[in-house]
Amino acid sequence: MTSMPASAAPSPASGKSKYTLSAKLPDATLHKWLRDLMLIREFELKTMAAYQQAKIGGFCHIYIGQEAVVVGTFGAVNHDDPVVTAYRDHGHALARGMSARACMAEMFGKAAGCAKGKGGSMHMFDKPNWLFGGHGIVGAQTALGTGLAFAARYEYEVLKTGPKKVCLSYMGDGALNQGCFHEAQNLAGLYSLPVIFIVENNGYSMGTSIERGTTMAHNLCLKAAGYGIDAIQIDGMDVMSLYDQFKPFADKCRAEQRPGFVDLKTYRYQGHSMSDPQKYRTKEEVAKFQERDTIMTLSNYLLNERKSLSEAEYQKIQADVRDEVKDSVEFSENAPVPELSELYTDVYAEPMPNLSPSGEYTHGAKNPLL
Amino acid sequence: MATRVIQFREALREAMTEEMRRDPRIFLMGEEVAQYNGAYKVSQGMLEEFGPQRIIDAPISENGFAGLGIGAAMYGLRPIIEFMSWSFSLVAADQILNNAAKMLYMSGGQWGCPIVFRGNNGAGGQLGSTHSWCVEALYSNVPGLKIAIPSCPYDAKGLLKTAIRDPDPVFFLESERMLGDKGEVPEEEYTIPFGQAILRREGSDVTLVSFGRPVNFCMEAADELLQDGIACDVLDMRTVRPLDIDAIIASVKKTNRLVVVDQSWPFASVATEVITQTIERAFDHLDHEPVRVNTDDVPTPYAKNLEMEYLPNKGKIIAAVKSVVGTTV
Ligand SMILES: Cc1ncc(C[n+]2csc(CCOP(=O)(O)OP(=O)(O)O)c2C)c(N)n1
Ligand SMILES: [Mg+2]
Repeated sequence: MTSMPASAAPSPASGKSKYTLSAKLPDATLHKWLRDLMLIREFELKTMAAYQQAKIGGFCHIYIGQEAVVVGTFGAVNHDDPVVTAYRDHGHALARGMSARACMAEMFGKAAGCAKGKGGSMHMFDKPNWLFGGHGIVGAQTALGTGLAFAARYEYEVLKTGPKKVCLSYMGDGALNQGCFHEAQNLAGLYSLPVIFIVENNGYSMGTSIERGTTMAHNLCLKAAGYGIDAIQIDGMDVMSLYDQFKPFADKCRAEQRPGFVDLKTYRYQGHSMSDPQKYRTKEEVAKFQERDTIMTLSNYLLNERKSLSEAEYQKIQADVRDEVKDSVEFSENAPVPELSELYTDVYAEPMPNLSPSGEYTHGAKNPLL
Repeated sequence: MATRVIQFREALREAMTEEMRRDPRIFLMGEEVAQYNGAYKVSQGMLEEFGPQRIIDAPISENGFAGLGIGAAMYGLRPIIEFMSWSFSLVAADQILNNAAKMLYMSGGQWGCPIVFRGNNGAGGQLGSTHSWCVEALYSNVPGLKIAIPSCPYDAKGLLKTAIRDPDPVFFLESERMLGDKGEVPEEEYTIPFGQAILRREGSDVTLVSFGRPVNFCMEAADELLQDGIACDVLDMRTVRPLDIDAIIASVKKTNRLVVVDQSWPFASVATEVITQTIERAFDHLDHEPVRVNTDDVPTPYAKNLEMEYLPNKGKIIAAVKSVVGTTV
């Protein structure tokens, strides 16, 4: 069962469009998608610059190239559907609605960050936007995704206080090989939980190409089939065709309260992290994917085929996202670092005496997002 | 207050059942908890009362269902996850230590993890080294967790109810060897606060500190020592994190002698921590170096005589107490 978007309007596009459902979306939606894609791209460029200036520490994984994945999949679900992902999470945070300021300040280790500077690049959390984290341990978040789906279904069926939801649980292709993921799939299949495991298959886990890391790399859907989970492969380089395939799939998982698996073929243009010499792939390979860049494809469509966007409007979006990201960097640079007393806060929801010999835990300052 | 005598396992069941009646967000998940009525009959009859949506059989998949519980807790449910044995929690270590313990901190206070993990801890009875884990030493090292270890049916019920209501992840360590133990439990509702030790025996010669099953050995030892004219304060810690160090210090200031009995290995154990904190806070009050009675520092053996030799017992405790009171008594 698939439901059409509530706001579906007659398509202003030419009848020849290769797009189906997405072509029927209102202009405003597609323009917002373009803006989100461009915002993530610009944000990541400035993240790299800040990292190179040592303003950001730790491990930092750049999302450039994969932007269509989050924009297209989030576009197909509701704001209160739970989302959980791995450590390559800046795009998820921004596309879910986190402000560029909260995201950047987190990486700068500032109190105004989404986790008050306690999480960093790999651990983006946003309660108001139902983002249950960025998680640093490869594959571990997939069990959480199963639990979020369990709780959502419990809320709907047992407590009868919520609607039918579907949880989006993102992971890299490297996580295919973690035991946790297989346990999570088995439980999701066994209990029929509404969770969609979205493999952001960018072909590599660090320097290991997928063929060198997992069996049946040419057909990952077969792995899910073993757990009784419906699976599809989707090209993740074009946000609109991605949505066209993903939307009915997600609607079905929600309606039937069943799990799903998506092999989402995508590509990261940058190295694995900020310290990757990229000896394992060729420049030609990268260029081949860049020829199908989602921002280029969508802006071409909107400017030239659908003609819903003017060149001036496009330039305005570009200028706006530059301003927003620049502002987030300036904000983060000037924002105060966390108080040292924050070291001992948020360890326990209910602190009590004698929990530790090294200090007393207390309640923390209110999270800026709450 | 009306009381009756019930088994440890019944006390656990009553705690879960009463809390589940009170709060529909609570569910119980674990291996064999539902249709089989519990591998150790702790959850007997609960499937009948609450149905399969709230009493849920899990496959042998500890990392998976521990993680499922944590995700559900983040979302707002109040899971009770049963490990058939804490020995098997080792395959779920990443979920319970990284995700349950650190979620609140990593998210800057946005998402906590109100969950209870519970199950048998410590040597069961000739189960060999893989099945005889005492996890309190390992897990009490991790900030973000609370750890409760009841020693009798009354505490099992009162502490478990507190654990279920607590908004933080609680590791609740039971013992297969105690599930059939009987004790008086009130009919009326009660809870036991975390971080407050209880004085089981009163005496001015030695402070005996323990938690969980060995508390019972300490009481046997204290009874016997009394016949030799040695009177022990026996402190049952009830929780090791928080650790009621104030109660220990108060007792040591009276007795000036400390023996800690702990059923895990000695190296970096809870006993080590109790002794360290006591030295930090009451060094001048000690008339003898503190002594710990742990298991021997070897994998748990199978042979009955070896296993008995390995575990803390009344004899070892009596010997330790006599060594600290020395000739001054
Ligand atoms: C359990 C675990 N092992 C190893 C690592 C180190 N590590 C971090 S990212 C990574 C590669 C993962 O690749 P993939 O899942 O494909 O995600 P991508 O980086 O491509 O987004 C590795 C090995 C880790 N974080 N967690
Ligand atoms: Mg990858």
